[in-house]
Amino acid sequence: MSKNPLGWNGKSLKEMLNESEELIEKTKRYYGIEKLSLKEKDPFRYERSYASLRGALVSARETALHVAASPIVKEIGELCFALYTPEGDSIVVSTGILVHVHTMSEAIKFMIREDYEDDPGINLGDIFLNNDPNCGNVHTTDVQTLIPIYWENELIGWAGGVTHQIDAGGITPGHDLVSAIQRFDDGIYYTCRKIGSNDKIWKDHMINAKRAVRTPMYWELDEKCRMAGNLMIRDAVLDFIKTEGIDYYKRFMREAIEEGRLIVLERVKERLIPGRYRAASFFDIAFKNEAWQPRAKIDKISNMPIEIVIGEEGGISLTFDGASGSGPNPMNCGKGAMEGGQWVLLTQILIYGDKVNDGAYFAVEKEYPLGTWCNPGDPYLSYQSPWGNLIPAYTGMMKSISYGLFSRGFREEVVPGYGFTGDAIQGGGFYSSGPLKGERWSLSTFEISGQGLGASAVRDGLNWGYAMWNPEADLGDVETWELFQGGIPYLARRVKPNSPGHGKYRGGANYEGIAMIAYSREVDFFGAKEGLCFHGSGGMHGGYPHGTGYRLYAKNTNMKEIIQQQADYPLGDPDPRNGQFEKYLKADITRKPYCSIYPIILENYDLVHFAMSGGPGYGDPLERKPERVEQDLNDGIYTKDIVYNVYGVVAEYDEVKEEWKLDESATKARQQELKNERREKSLPFGEYWEIERKKITEKKLGEAATRMYSESIALSTNWAREFKEFWKLPEDFQMEVK
Amino acid sequence: MVNEDKKTLARMINGDLTWNELKPIISGRKDPNRFDAILEILQEKVPWAEKILLPLHEHLYIVSKDGNRIVKCDCGFEFGDYRENWKTKCRVRVRDTYEALEELYPKYMTSDPEWEELREYFCPGCLALLDTESVPPGYPTIFNFLPDIDMFYEKWLGRKAPDK
Repeated sequence: MSKNPLGWNGKSLKEMLNESEELIEKTKRYYGIEKLSLKEKDPFRYERSYASLRGALVSARETALHVAASPIVKEIGELCFALYTPEGDSIVVSTGILVHVHTMSEAIKFMIREDYEDDPGINLGDIFLNNDPNCGNVHTTDVQTLIPIYWENELIGWAGGVTHQIDAGGITPGHDLVSAIQRFDDGIYYTCRKIGSNDKIWKDHMINAKRAVRTPMYWELDEKCRMAGNLMIRDAVLDFIKTEGIDYYKRFMREAIEEGRLIVLERVKERLIPGRYRAASFFDIAFKNEAWQPRAKIDKISNMPIEIVIGEEGGISLTFDGASGSGPNPMNCGKGAMEGGQWVLLTQILIYGDKVNDGAYFAVEKEYPLGTWCNPGDPYLSYQSPWGNLIPAYTGMMKSISYGLFSRGFREEVVPGYGFTGDAIQGGGFYSSGPLKGERWSLSTFEISGQGLGASAVRDGLNWGYAMWNPEADLGDVETWELFQGGIPYLARRVKPNSPGHGKYRGGANYEGIAMIAYSREVDFFGAKEGLCFHGSGGMHGGYPHGTGYRLYAKNTNMKEIIQQQADYPLGDPDPRNGQFEKYLKADITRKPYCSIYPIILENYDLVHFAMSGGPGYGDPLERKPERVEQDLNDGIYTKDIVYNVYGVVAEYDEVKEEWKLDESATKARQQELKNERREKSLPFGEYWEIERKKITEKKLGEAATRMYSESIALSTNWAREFKEFWKLPEDFQMEVK
Repeated sequence: MVNEDKKTLARMINGDLTWNELKPIISGRKDPNRFDAILEILQEKVPWAEKILLPLHEHLYIVSKDGNRIVKCDCGFEFGDYRENWKTKCRVRVRDTYEALEELYPKYMTSDPEWEELREYFCPGCLALLDTESVPPGYPTIFNFLPDIDMFYEKWLGRKAPDK
């Protein structure tokens, strides 16, 4: 137990945290800092200080993942590090999965508020582990290691590192467990637990942790990786203080965060327009026919309306008022998830470059209504896959900010959204033969780190290269994925036709893959992605949302004979209406219009298909230059029938040159035909409104939509009032699921 | 900061910049005069005389007309007061059947129309597709952006709006 207060000038950490929060509340400035005196006095020293600390963190990350790390961490860098103030506010960050910078901040504040200073004590050399989504985390498979940094007898900060695990010991193998519906399904929980002292991880902890998960070797490697990085950061901070002095460091950390806050306000005033922004995103939770647990057998649309108000000072206020309720599914979000998702997107679209730290967190006011998916208020629900709500929800923030960027003239910065980081196929099994016979393999490909980005207002979206939670998105290499998922080798990976959202500028495109179960037994398989709803808040200014996901697999196949005979097998699913599975296989083929499925059992020679996401489009597709559509055809991005229907482009395939050739006159005629069709098949708004209203008043809505409306009406007076006013419904109007 | 002359910006608006030309504009420091530069280009581009107060959309502008602030399409169609959602003056097509959705997407790659429909909002004047909404049936039309024009000009740019 600590004997003396650990904070500065005889204060406890809790007193320092309270003082910090009171100063922010009172002055609206971080720690009441009114003047960036260090920066003003000697800007070169100040900038050099920031750069040296940032360099130390980037170096720690790059080094640590080579010291020891699981394949996911080493291959695509699923880790990040940050340096915090004693109160838990981030000062500088590394590169990597930056979504976790503010999550670890919440974990530190949790320990301070729970008086860890007194019990269990926070001593030099102590090590704390956290993966609790209700104490500053996203989901249990993100694991954080935090260590205090001392200068003489004062705690002067914290170093934190996070890695993403392949498995956390949940109800099934995997990292985003579709079938988790309560906390007890989520896997092992470490709620800010002390797991070591004197810079050494306790043996009993490691024994316990390795027995709690399905991938013990990777767990241990990643614990060592995070610890190695943290120790490098601690050494770098102590070296910094030896050079610059403790008084400089203490003042510097405050100024750097306040500068981060000021940068957000300045950037908002430089790039956006004051006013009110709105968007709405949705996600299908289609578990009525999938769930094992009776109370999870629900079909429901998750409603994620976002409103952002930008005021005179450049501050951002954000609310999810009207959101759907929480429930028996894994997609509930804790505060850490909401703050982390928001923070990481702001660092990508507004505050990239300069001082990326918790100053951005302090520049945003937010409301996560209690009882909704974004603030369930119930720690016993499952928080195992909050990404199902979090990822689509924040497309609305990106789209809202894009309206401001457009109006201000920064068209090149517009991004209406991004693809869902799915199709996250997961599961695993045991090798049934070969040198690894009896060993477990895990299916946890992080190929999902490369999705399609939305189009901007001046160019197409980035293909296969974006993940909202990691600004350094990377598909990774098939060979690396096969290192740990050797029981399900790839048969094919190719461009998935028609994956991008349509538009004057199309969204990013993406890949699909085919894999086969081999040399294995007891194989679980499941996956998660949108399927019955388009992802997120869709396209912008006439652009369309990108295509949805679906589930395709084949059991009891004749792949053994196909391999023996070296015959053709499916290389993809380019045209689902005329599928290659159906063409080449003798098998029990399953196609489902939704993509998130509970685990199924697979056998050797069974095949699975999976597809990454495209991105949403921008602008009227009829304004896309036909020669760009011709290029899309030649790149396999779109197919002939789709470009005919959407872009009005007519093209023929030249068998000799093996390329598509645009028919300009036929294209002009077809585009005029589509324009005419727009008038013929559309209605004046008033007539449309009457017809649409009857879907509500005549109870024509399906169960999933009805459940969504009934929850939003019950949870938000404001949202309910606007809904009823728009459709001119009586004040006492209610919706009930039969 | 990279050179953002009027010709370059006009080419950017038209989508004509190569990646090598566009990249420095994306990653470089932004020109504080960008708003005025874009406004000048757009004012010259539109075929009508009303003063543009704020570009709102690829085709829509908030303009000053007869003392009012209205939304106007580059084709000349007027949507009325900017404080009301311009989408409520559009022509609307709702794709709420698989047949209609699968004109745009392959089978299995669309929403289930019982879960989400796809709305297309067209300009009544030129039939440009101004917006799409992928929302559950019965979802209120979304009013995406309501700018505070006077706060923008007076507090952020330090001058009165052109119509004041």
